[in-house]
Amino acid sequence: MNWQNILTVYLKELKDSLRDRRTLISMIVVPTLIMPIIMFGVGTVMTKVVRQARSEIVSVMLLGGADSPGVVAALKADKKFRLVPAVADYQQLISDKKVRVAVELPAGFEASLKGGGVPTVSLYYYEGELKSGFGLKAVQDFFTSLKEKTIETRLAERGLSAAVIKPFVIRKQNVAPPEKVGGNAIGGFVPYLIIILCFTGAMYPAMDLTAGEKERGTMETLLCSPVHRINIVVGKFLMVLTASLTTVLLSIVSMGVSAALGVMYFGGKATSQSATSALVGQAAEGGSIPLIDPVGLIGVAALVLPVAVFFAALLLAISLFAKSYKEAQSYISPLIVVVIMPAVIGLLPGVELNAKLALVPILNLSLVCKEMLSGVWHWDYIALIFGSSCVYAAIALGFAVKMFNREDVMFRA
Amino acid sequence: MIEARNLTKTFKDKKRGIITAVNDISFTCRPGQIYGLLGANGAGKTTTLRLLATLLQPASGSARLAGFDAATEANQVRAHVGFLAASTALYGRLTARETITYFGRLNGLAAATIKERLKGLADELDMRDFLDRRCDKFSTGMKQKTSIARTLIHDPAVMIFDEPTLGLDVMTARSIVKFVRDCRNRGKTVIYSTHVMSEVEKICDVIGIIHDGRLVAEGTLAELRQRYEETDMEEIFVKAVGGEAALVAALKNQGTIP
Repeated sequence: MNWQNILTVYLKELKDSLRDRRTLISMIVVPTLIMPIIMFGVGTVMTKVVRQARSEIVSVMLLGGADSPGVVAALKADKKFRLVPAVADYQQLISDKKVRVAVELPAGFEASLKGGGVPTVSLYYYEGELKSGFGLKAVQDFFTSLKEKTIETRLAERGLSAAVIKPFVIRKQNVAPPEKVGGNAIGGFVPYLIIILCFTGAMYPAMDLTAGEKERGTMETLLCSPVHRINIVVGKFLMVLTASLTTVLLSIVSMGVSAALGVMYFGGKATSQSATSALVGQAAEGGSIPLIDPVGLIGVAALVLPVAVFFAALLLAISLFAKSYKEAQSYISPLIVVVIMPAVIGLLPGVELNAKLALVPILNLSLVCKEMLSGVWHWDYIALIFGSSCVYAAIALGFAVKMFNREDVMFRA
Repeated sequence: MIEARNLTKTFKDKKRGIITAVNDISFTCRPGQIYGLLGANGAGKTTTLRLLATLLQPASGSARLAGFDAATEANQVRAHVGFLAASTALYGRLTARETITYFGRLNGLAAATIKERLKGLADELDMRDFLDRRCDKFSTGMKQKTSIARTLIHDPAVMIFDEPTLGLDVMTARSIVKFVRDCRNRGKTVIYSTHVMSEVEKICDVIGIIHDGRLVAEGTLAELRQRYEETDMEEIFVKAVGGEAALVAALKNQGTIP
């Protein structure tokens, strides 16, 4: 290894890559834009849709209720509802989203309430449809309050106090710090994004510096120089690593800026349950912008490093085998799925870090990031993950060097 | 000086099994001489030259270039060799100056030396106009000049040319031939491979005819003419490889013709 030569190769590759549009897009443009697009684009649409659904006057169809004028009048008086005349195919109307909910009052409902009976009110809705769901909730709230009033009346008739059916009160108190809540909510999402960007950032330069050079015929020119091949590989590898880390770094910075702007932008109006605005809502509650532990971000960066090395070396070795850029693409594109799978598994709720999973590449990073971002530090697992990632990275780098020294790979006809 | 001794190179091929691309080749090229390696496509010219340039490792045999052993002192060999082939392209996104400087650095030259040599080469090859333009916008002639400057930046004692005029227009090809002669006149050892008979007649001091991985004939043009009793290089070549039938058989065997 000669660092002078490695530096020469590295600087040349850096200059070369910075003049390549494809590399620039994947290294700088995509990571910088992806977070704002997710936060503002998806966020805006989601909040709008949810807000609209919530503020909408629910069209309710009342079935029966001719002998219960009190309840019907109360429903009519409620500004949240718009009553529609009853028709026979109400179920079809609900499916067609013309009516959100249908309420069926049994015959003699009011009389039954007064007489101490237990009549059944049926609510018809469309499961999974957002607006029907909100409508159902509103109607349910209406009848829940009617139920409570009825209970109070019945207790009063028997001369009992409300405390009879309320022996104690439950008070819920959140002990999780705001960053813990944020970490849980986006802790899975952040590493997922980082892992994918770490991979895609390395992808294009890796292909360009190997298969691309072979295709353009510059590889042979380079191999004619007296520089030992290991220096060429390391120089190229460092360039791919630079691209990968730049992508990750820019995405983290962009994420921070987007979150800060997001708080300002959505802060006041974020009341919905949608993932994005929920995060921002929590951030606003926390009072400060970093809804994820900033120390956690440093931890993530430290653990991403060996994984970036692993990706860079592996991509370099694989695309080195290809004769052309296109061939390299067909080898590498399917790998994206292989990378996304463990990252997605890390996103699933309930998948917790243990010693075995700490040895699974990519998945371990995904899981430990989730913990670190929510302020939980399992040092033994972190050491295990860092160690195993370093071992995988070293194996991949060794593989790349070995490929570079194989003349049947370098001069594949 | 280039001394090749019993060089043999084999490749594995899925369909055809083990192929001997270069079979027990020995020859010597002296400083101030152009050694022409003449052969049909697939005869083993490129493989021989790649073995000399240490891009490939021989299965057996050895080679010494500029006093260094190709197997044990590969880096030293490459530091004293300039390799120019149809397959050695330029970095399209770098300028001519950046390209030449890069290879100067890879050869371990100091920045001042590179600057000085680059100026000399640019003057000599008339490159000043396009020195700071990107190579991907170059004409073939400009590319060839840049490639030549790239191979000469470290002033190598041995020059290896692998079909350097392949696919070039007449004027560019002529300037290459002139440059090859200049190298000889400066006392460099030059080896030049081609399948163009006229080029060999024009510039080579010693001719080696390679066929099916073997060196089948060697000598000056006069010696070959005398041995095969022919004046035309093409006739000499066909006789040396054992007649047209042998040529066709070899081409069929490697799959070049059906």
